[in-house]
Amino acid sequence: MMASVYNAKDEDGHISVSGPSGGSAAAMRGKRPENTAFKQQRLPAWQPILTAGTVLPAFFIIGLIFIPIGIGLYVTSNNIKEFEIDYTGVDMSSPCFNCSQNLSWNSSRPCTCSIPFHLDQPYENNVFMYYGLSNFYQNHRRYVKSRDDSQLNGDLDALTKPSKECEPYAYHENKPIAPCGAIANSMFNDTLEIFYHDPNGTRVPVPLTSTGIAWWADKHVKFRNPSENLNLTAAFQGTTKPVNWRRPVYEMDSDPHNNGFINEDFIVWMRTAALPTFRKLYRIISKKDNMVPTLQRGNYTLEVVYNYPVRSFDGRKRMILSTISWMGGKNPFLGIAYITVGSVCFFLGVVLLIIHHKYGNRNNSANNSN
Amino acid sequence: GVCAYVRTLLFLYLSRPEIWVDSRTIYIGHKEPPPGAEAYIPQRFPDNRIVSSKYTFWNFIPKNLFEQFRRIANFYFLVIFLVQLIIDTPTSPVTSGLPLFFVITVTAIKQGYEDWLRHKADCSINECPVDVVQRGKVVRTQSHKLRVGDIVMVREDETFPCDLILLSSSRPDGTCYVTTASLDGESSHKTYYAVPDTMAFRTEQEVDSLHATIECEQPQPDLYKFVGRINIYKDREEPVARTLGAENLLLRGATLKNTQYIYGTVAVYTGMETKMALNYQSKSQKRSAVEKSMNAFLIVYLFILISKAVINTVLKYAWQWSPDRDEPWYNHRTENERQRHVVIRAFTDFLAFMVLFNYIIPVSMYVTVEMQKFLGSYFITWDEEMFDDELGEGAQVNTSDLNEELGQVEYVFTDKTGTLTENNMEFIECCVDGNVYIPHAICNGQILSAASSIDMIDSSPGGYRREHEDLFFRALCLCHTVQVKEEETVDGIKRGIHQGRPTSFYISSSPDEVALVEGMKRLGYTYLRLKDSYMEILNKDDEIERFQLLHVLNFDSVRRRMSVIVKSSSGDYLLFCKGADSSIFPRVVSGKVEQVRARVEQNAVEGLRTLCVAYKKLSESEYQEACHHLTEAKLALQDREQRLAHAYDIIEREFVLLGATAVEDRLQEKAADTIESLHKAGMKVWVLTGDKMETAAATCYASKLFRRSTQILELTKKRTEEQSLHDVLFELNRTVIRQRSMSGLSVDCLDFGLIIDGATLSAVLKPNQEGAGNGNYREIFLEICRNCSAVLCCRMAPLQKAQIVKLIKASKEHPITLAIGDGANDVSMILEAHVGIGIMGKEGRQAARNSDYAIPKFKHLKKILLVHGHYYYIRIAELVQYFFYKNVCFIFPQFLYQFFCGFSQQPLYDTAYLTLYNISFTSLPILLYSLVEQHVSMETLKREPTLYRDIAKNSLLRWPVFLYWTCLGVFDAVIFFFGAYFLFDNTTFTSNGQMFGNWTFGTLVFTVLVFTVTLKLALDTHHWTWINHFFIWGSLLFYVIFSLLWGGIIWPFLNYQRMYYVFMQMLSSGPAWLSIILLITVSLLPDVIKKVLCRSMCPTATERAQVGVGETADFTFQPLYDPIDE
Repeated sequence: MMASVYNAKDEDGHISVSGPSGGSAAAMRGKRPENTAFKQQRLPAWQPILTAGTVLPAFFIIGLIFIPIGIGLYVTSNNIKEFEIDYTGVDMSSPCFNCSQNLSWNSSRPCTCSIPFHLDQPYENNVFMYYGLSNFYQNHRRYVKSRDDSQLNGDLDALTKPSKECEPYAYHENKPIAPCGAIANSMFNDTLEIFYHDPNGTRVPVPLTSTGIAWWADKHVKFRNPSENLNLTAAFQGTTKPVNWRRPVYEMDSDPHNNGFINEDFIVWMRTAALPTFRKLYRIISKKDNMVPTLQRGNYTLEVVYNYPVRSFDGRKRMILSTISWMGGKNPFLGIAYITVGSVCFFLGVVLLIIHHKYGNRNNSANNSN
Repeated sequence: GVCAYVRTLLFLYLSRPEIWVDSRTIYIGHKEPPPGAEAYIPQRFPDNRIVSSKYTFWNFIPKNLFEQFRRIANFYFLVIFLVQLIIDTPTSPVTSGLPLFFVITVTAIKQGYEDWLRHKADCSINECPVDVVQRGKVVRTQSHKLRVGDIVMVREDETFPCDLILLSSSRPDGTCYVTTASLDGESSHKTYYAVPDTMAFRTEQEVDSLHATIECEQPQPDLYKFVGRINIYKDREEPVARTLGAENLLLRGATLKNTQYIYGTVAVYTGMETKMALNYQSKSQKRSAVEKSMNAFLIVYLFILISKAVINTVLKYAWQWSPDRDEPWYNHRTENERQRHVVIRAFTDFLAFMVLFNYIIPVSMYVTVEMQKFLGSYFITWDEEMFDDELGEGAQVNTSDLNEELGQVEYVFTDKTGTLTENNMEFIECCVDGNVYIPHAICNGQILSAASSIDMIDSSPGGYRREHEDLFFRALCLCHTVQVKEEETVDGIKRGIHQGRPTSFYISSSPDEVALVEGMKRLGYTYLRLKDSYMEILNKDDEIERFQLLHVLNFDSVRRRMSVIVKSSSGDYLLFCKGADSSIFPRVVSGKVEQVRARVEQNAVEGLRTLCVAYKKLSESEYQEACHHLTEAKLALQDREQRLAHAYDIIEREFVLLGATAVEDRLQEKAADTIESLHKAGMKVWVLTGDKMETAAATCYASKLFRRSTQILELTKKRTEEQSLHDVLFELNRTVIRQRSMSGLSVDCLDFGLIIDGATLSAVLKPNQEGAGNGNYREIFLEICRNCSAVLCCRMAPLQKAQIVKLIKASKEHPITLAIGDGANDVSMILEAHVGIGIMGKEGRQAARNSDYAIPKFKHLKKILLVHGHYYYIRIAELVQYFFYKNVCFIFPQFLYQFFCGFSQQPLYDTAYLTLYNISFTSLPILLYSLVEQHVSMETLKREPTLYRDIAKNSLLRWPVFLYWTCLGVFDAVIFFFGAYFLFDNTTFTSNGQMFGNWTFGTLVFTVLVFTVTLKLALDTHHWTWINHFFIWGSLLFYVIFSLLWGGIIWPFLNYQRMYYVFMQMLSSGPAWLSIILLITVSLLPDVIKKVLCRSMCPTATERAQVGVGETADFTFQPLYDPIDE
């Protein structure tokens, strides 16, 4: 229907006029076409054909390569230790139940709860601490675009005049919000801490590093404070904090290299997740020395300052401790997929071999008779 | 009251053109006729400006935009773009605006450039100098200032600036020679005649003194028709009226040759009303079967698009029924949005989904298809094998729209003369009253003496015989329209007449006539020239005989004969007539009809072209009466054709049969081989000819259209005279069906050939008189034809040829037809058929001009169909399927993503990727593929015509194939999306524990998409030239480089930096690489398996041919063959 009307050559009907001094078209006639390989469509070419014979080796090779890779990935993934704890407080029995019930944005006194847990195995090397949210649509279109990258990049104009995309989180009480937008406004603000129970009964806080959790490029290029030299408080003069925040952006951290827009917790939150169930890197528990595992076997407590409401949309909050290999966190999917595809290829190779064996003869005889 | 008034006005307005239609009056030199002669009605004519340009400087932009957006596809994209501008949509307007802008701009630039060229050409034409006679002087002006009625002087080798009536010429006989090469391609010289009363004018003053008006018909595009009348006013006398015909009208665009100068009036038509301008109006558009399938697929996709949008909208509202999902605390609407009515919101959402998924119908497909057709057609013109050294010309492409249709032809309708045969006539023999004369060949350039050159087979002496013999030879020397040219550089048909004297040639539009006149020369009667309306003949005894030429009753294809009326030196009026036997015999009253008929039939069986010659003596009174009939008819302004035909019919009666001639027309080189190939390729070949049955049948046997084993079914007038048409048809049908049921599946063992003649055909096609069973004959006839491998239609009028084509086109299978011919009589069928092919023949250029493709020789049909047609078809089929496939792969993940982002129309890919996917990442490989792909080598295609059957009936674009491609696309899309989904599912895949966001997710899917789609094309490529390598690997490399660049910089002009560092971060992760490789492999796997299985289980002929070439490469597993196994 469309193509029938579409026709780029409506020029056909037009008069190809040639001057009275003689048609150049007539002169063009009589010219023998050039005998070049391209014009005669005789360029040298490689002409591969996908026959059972040629594809068979490829299938076997794929099978032989994929299966070991898959096994490797699977084993690596299985060696990764991961511990997950849900602290939403849905159940009455949960220590955080009370906090989750009496939550309000304006409450002056933070609600805290502590959840004991036990690690069966020691965690070697660096341990990564994540918080996870479920049923939280960070990839909702209205949400994803509700930010102003210029403002976050330290643009002074954008600081005082946030982009329209930030609406309805652009102005509060006629003051521009910095950082503006729904993403910033809904930043995760629970505080998580872990304490180790020594066998002799003392509670030792586990040291948590809050740097190195954001992408290097984000921290150093994409996010910038409005003024590098000035005092941050002065730089954000004339703006107001996001409605849901307790503190303004320039009071995020005492470390000046982790304050303002370049606060890493903030940067991590600003990278919107792909799926409604996601986790974000919260802290890193660095390896101390080679003798002692980073997290020993034993009893721990998770101390939560419970600020972030998720129950209104049936959300869940989790804390995850995970070690990391070269291939990232625990994900058996990739290994299994490799093994499956490798096996299927190998199996297909065998099937094709049989087919080739059976039908190859017939084809050949047909060819010969031709 | 008012109503009636308006109606009257309207009626007057509408009916006004009616007054103008019949004729126009022109005052030569702008002199008004003497008072009282006629009512003076001033008429306004356009000036002589040629305007071929479409635009002016001012209206270019609006008009061009309007033209472009009139195409529905462009309009669709414009609407999408506007929707994006107006409502809040997921993707920025740039994503659809930029491609649209690109397409529109490129087209506008192309059209603007072409228009600028036309402006320049118009300008140079309109401003070229012209000599006009004004007040007795020659004045030089510019061409566009010419007005109807001006008197123009044209010199040798100048082109006529408008359509002129020839008043006088520098040649004493008032003729001038003209070549119309640039008009219709005929390079032979044509003679035009001055108005007899003015041909004596020699000076400007004399010409200027002329006082006359011309009445003629309104402009019409037929180059060979003109009807008019000139009224010359002399002092105090009644005006003298003279008829004007096409022979007086010099056409714009033609060139004056061999004549020093001429005077002519801007008689008829100026500027855009000239026949040249009228003739360049576009022909009706032909559409190919591929295009039709493409449109059908488009509708399916449009439907898919709409249903996707509807489904998502419905699901969205179902899902966000609870306010906590609709507006959770972290994601509020703006106040404005909240206040909007829910219906408006739903509608906006629907539109937003449409916009999100609109890429499934890509802009670039149209551009790519256009480019493929346009560029691809160059391979036909470049083809060296289709270049003819003798003509100095190669194949021509007049429309590139139909390239792929060349690969779909099921019926070939071919003309015989000039197409199957050389149209290079040679006089073989003549027969007078049953006595046969055969001229001997010219030996060593010497003509043998006249007496010995005649071989008398049946020599029965007698005065009667002698008299007829004399008349016969004179008849052939006189009854023709051959001209004698005394020049060497004349193209066309040339033969030396005299060795000693200045060389002269016979020239005629019909090769038969030249052959006959030459044959007469070899028999001792030489036609010398036409001088002052006296024809001179050098007879056997070297005496010059002079005949006054009184009238020529020209040849036409309806009458199939021509006559001349001459007055011999003894004062007798003689009418000589020659024509096809069927048109002469019924008009003969005496003569040895039986003997002649026997000889004619015998000659016809041998494949010779025969003509019969007859004469009649006219008395003075009979002559006067004939004169009266003719002049009356010629002077008529309306219905001149019919009146002339009627007059001819009255005059050409009661003949005395003299004899018959036989001329041989040799088969074209490799005609038989070509026809055999076409048969093998599954095409049905029909020969449509005006020749008589025996001649045509002989040609058919010679060209292997009919073989010895062919059972001939006859459906001719002779048979229908014995039985009724009804019975014959039913009997033939029974024969055919019985044969088919007996032979079962193997149809090849006995094939049928049908011969039908024009008379029977019109009886078959005639709407049934009885009323009942209307169309029955037609169906039975078609049923018979379907079972015949070859059909010969003889005695066809030109229009009947088109009728046959139309009949087959309209039959219930709707087969693709091709018509090929070389002459003007084939134009109608060339225009009617799906594909029209013109042979650049000797009978002029009309066929080639009106055709879609023009080739020098019939044998080239084999290459253009079997090789070029086949290639173009598989190329465009892949192009179309691939385009839909890659866009399903592209859009379906977006659709799936909606289920995971709360149906919020969040796009999966970045804007840059959305925009460039179809424009640059995946467009060039497929375009180049569709230009250079050769799945089988050219030699194989030529060697095995049966491969053509593999692609018959649009086999690569049928619904199952389309469904397969779509399913493959959906499968791949599911793999891309869920592959990435499970990989991202609640885990990290970097070694530093950092997390990826939604843009990395989309980039991963997109990377897999681009690679899969490109590699899928690589798998389909059978012919890897450096071009394919360059563009396939090049576009993948381009994607990577672009992504690195796009994510490598903070782009200052963008208000978002969402892609910053995303691609690089993704590549720094090992699992991302592994999953890209895995997903690509999985996506390509089913297609590879399908290909291999199909090839092994049930290979097509094409696939066998492919393996046949590379059989040595397939040796790997040969030792495993089990000899017992089959």
